[in-house]
Amino acid sequence: MPEALATTQEHAGAHSALQHHFENMEQQREAGTLGMWVFLVTEIMFFGGMFLAYTIYRYKYPGAFAAASNHLSLWLGGINTVVLIFSSFTMAMAVYSTQVGKRRNSIICLLLTMVLGLTFLGIKAVEYRDKYRDHLIPGQLIPGRPFDPEVAKSGDADEHKLHLPPGATVKNAEMFYWIYFAMTGMHALHMIIGVGLLTIITILAWRGRFSPEYHAPVEISGLYWHFVDIVWIFLFPLLYLLGRHLETHMG
Amino acid sequence: MSEHIVYPRVYIVIFLALLLGTGLTAWVAYFNFPGPLNAVVALTIAVIKATLVVLYFMHVRYSPRLIALVIASGLFWLAIMFALTISDYSTRGWLPVN
Repeated sequence: MPEALATTQEHAGAHSALQHHFENMEQQREAGTLGMWVFLVTEIMFFGGMFLAYTIYRYKYPGAFAAASNHLSLWLGGINTVVLIFSSFTMAMAVYSTQVGKRRNSIICLLLTMVLGLTFLGIKAVEYRDKYRDHLIPGQLIPGRPFDPEVAKSGDADEHKLHLPPGATVKNAEMFYWIYFAMTGMHALHMIIGVGLLTIITILAWRGRFSPEYHAPVEISGLYWHFVDIVWIFLFPLLYLLGRHLETHMG
Repeated sequence: MSEHIVYPRVYIVIFLALLLGTGLTAWVAYFNFPGPLNAVVALTIAVIKATLVVLYFMHVRYSPRLIALVIASGLFWLAIMFALTISDYSTRGWLPVN
């Protein structure tokens, strides 16, 4: 009992953000971080299922997957990778600025992170539009515009056409685009949620809610943002790069 | 144990390393390595980049060991999912079908 009393008294002079079931701010922050990581592990399993599907189909249809992969824009994918890595850096700087109590810097870094996130989504939208133009949206996702790419004849160099190697079928290439849209689509959804989260964090930072003693929400949102960046770090080479060395042997 | 603050110069070094990794993976993608080595090289670079993000941007290097344990257990379960599924798909057709 005396212990419980002591705890109550400690709480009397504690930070206003301290919940009653935690001993102190340190314990509360560590519990929050642990909880976020448990959630991120479920996210690893979620994306892991799609990475597994990708692995199996790439193994089954190597030629069609390389051809479909090479049709993606290396430039747009590469620029987006740099944009996302830069946004992870600004996010890390936002956490640092909050930890040392520089509110203005923290808000600037959070705004920069969101602008970079939106830039990523904009470039992604341009890529999706190109796929629409080339009839590469799989199945009947767009009603009345089924997957129906123009397949290049040998020696035909039109970049909008699909250059299939011998033995690869249009159906196999369509499988690549199912996986491409599922994975980049789920990733983009996570980006949109991330931008929403950071909007709330920025408003709270604006109101002076965070300090060197209490900044767990900034840090935890940062963990989420970096996780989404890591997913893209794997998506970029797997979706955009893995067939490039075969380019010279095809079409 | 009080909170460890990672300073901007660490973040800048990691940021530059990630940019270097991105450039490197795009460059080597055009090399014609033997067998499955293109995939091995691409995945190795991606794993190194992801590890840098986890250790420094996500502060796991300076966090309690419990966090590392949670991540390791997640990756272990991911490995189980990959190992069992791939062992199924890659061995289909080994036995004659009656």
